[in-house]
Amino acid sequence: MSTAIEQLAPEQTISTSRPAAVIERSSLWQQSIKKLRRNRTAMLGFIFIIVMFAACFIAPLFSPYASGKVNLAVMNQAPSAAHWLGTDHLGRDVLTRLLQAGRISLTVGLVSMILSVVIGTVLGAIASYYRGIVDQIIMRIADLLMTIPNLPLLFIIGAILSEWKVPTEYRLYIVMLMLSVVGWPGLARLVRGELLSLRERDFMQAAEALGLNDRRKLFTHLLPNIFPLLIVVATLSIGGAIISESTLSYFGLGVMPPTPTWGNMIDAANTLIDFEKRPWLWIPPGLAIFATVIAINLFGDGLRDALDPKQERR
Amino acid sequence: MTPSTQQQLIIVDRLKKYFPVKTGLLQRTSGHVKAVDDVSLVINRGDTFGLVGESGSGKSTLGRTLLRLNDKTDGTVQYQGQDLHDLSKSEMRKLRPKLQFIFQDPYSSLNPRIRIGDAIGEALIQHGLCSQEEVDERVAEVLALCGMSSYHMDRYPHEFSGGQRQRIGIARAIILNPDFVVADEPLSALDVSIQAQIINLFRKLQEQRSLTYLFISHDLSVVQHLCNRIGVMYLGSLVELGPRDECFSKPLHPYTQALLSAVPIPNPRVKRERIVLHGDPPSPVNPPTGCKFHTRCPLAQSKCREETPLLRHHGSGHYAACHLI
Repeated sequence: MSTAIEQLAPEQTISTSRPAAVIERSSLWQQSIKKLRRNRTAMLGFIFIIVMFAACFIAPLFSPYASGKVNLAVMNQAPSAAHWLGTDHLGRDVLTRLLQAGRISLTVGLVSMILSVVIGTVLGAIASYYRGIVDQIIMRIADLLMTIPNLPLLFIIGAILSEWKVPTEYRLYIVMLMLSVVGWPGLARLVRGELLSLRERDFMQAAEALGLNDRRKLFTHLLPNIFPLLIVVATLSIGGAIISESTLSYFGLGVMPPTPTWGNMIDAANTLIDFEKRPWLWIPPGLAIFATVIAINLFGDGLRDALDPKQERR
Repeated sequence: MTPSTQQQLIIVDRLKKYFPVKTGLLQRTSGHVKAVDDVSLVINRGDTFGLVGESGSGKSTLGRTLLRLNDKTDGTVQYQGQDLHDLSKSEMRKLRPKLQFIFQDPYSSLNPRIRIGDAIGEALIQHGLCSQEEVDERVAEVLALCGMSSYHMDRYPHEFSGGQRQRIGIARAIILNPDFVVADEPLSALDVSIQAQIINLFRKLQEQRSLTYLFISHDLSVVQHLCNRIGVMYLGSLVELGPRDECFSKPLHPYTQALLSAVPIPNPRVKRERIVLHGDPPSPVNPPTGCKFHTRCPLAQSKCREETPLLRHHGSGHYAACHLI
């Protein structure tokens, strides 16, 4: 009996009367993306970043020199058909190393950005939500970290780690951690400020009047409103992280050779002979850092123009 | 509703809301803004209670404190015998659907990143008043009631005009089937033609859903049109309270008299006495002693400077706080 009825009425749900004809509309996100796509320099930066990522993560797979084997027969050769960017003092192909280094540098930038965004957002949200003593503790720690200039702080942590003889393969992860330690306070401050101002807005009062629970208020009302800001800041901070990592590695306090990064490749410029006679060793990694960070910043600025809530209302 | 069946829905007793004023390096509290100072009133079921007063008189703060959107400083607010400010957070949350608030600014009261269908329906789901499948239907229903179409559900707030947004704000409050709605100057951001639409909407909703309103406004003609009882606030205190016709035909308090004499009459030939008040209202941080109105009152006497007048009954439900009546 029941099966017969089911067969008679196949999924006859009541359709709500939304017209099928879709009127052209868009969400704030779609509008932002449209705006972003019209921004030439931002798109140029975006394309460059994509190409850079693709090159670093895919191209070394096709390189005959990917193993990074030492070959003293071809050491310190100038660029040639076999070695497009020459070889270094151990006979390794500079182009291959450059791309492998990019892999590390970009990963460090990306991961340390994600770490500091997560830490900063969580701590900033906690501070703004509980206020009072919790807020004071978190923000004073953030202030403390911000009063110490980043570079000396990183140097000190790096030096301590060298003292402790941390295995070189772990150095990479530790550098990511170090960068997020100096990166989160600014973000926490930003998130806290933004949330504090949002919770005084009428629509948050409305959420209170509607009796929404804290989870709903946080995840559907507050966070989506700071998301655009977070995206912008996160993007821009990748560039900063790449530079910091390169600086540290250049001074031998970051990622250690033989693992290549753009920073420790520029270290080649440390000796006068390499600096004067073998520019192919240090110009390419320098250019790579320069171009990547510029591209990220251009893209980040474009994102800011497209997403910044302060420009939405006109 | 006849007076005999009237039921007291909201009882406000000596409610106070002070905001601390912090000054100096150490953020020491140097005084208080007495936004709501010792206000008592009763709102009956089915009433449209109009709360009038000039800017800064504490109307909105009273409305917000009434629904516990602010914490009170002192006093009680009872809703059907329950003291709202004594309830735990979760008990209060459960009660929220019955007590709704309509905001003054239709632009900032809607979250720009949430489709209006979700904005209207989210509280229904949150309170388990309706299943996920039914939500769209209920939202469409209430949108229709507010003069909008169901296909508006998928749109974002920025795609609507001010009047439409205000109606969305009303729909969001109405869908929960509240008992009591505080409307905080819901018309002041709208132009006149839309004001009329919204007023009619308020009326229609009251007839259909037997709502009780606290209608906060500074527009006396709107209040006269819509409300059946009126309270007049000055500097955080209620100076007059009574049925609409009583208040408008024979205002007792000198402040109310001055206020009413300022209502424009759409007839250029009618001449009437204007009572012009001089000066600005004094600071609510440091209100005058005695009657707060004595600094601007044309009739003030020495008693007014010393003694605070109480809200006294003057017949047929008409109360006023003045020594001279």
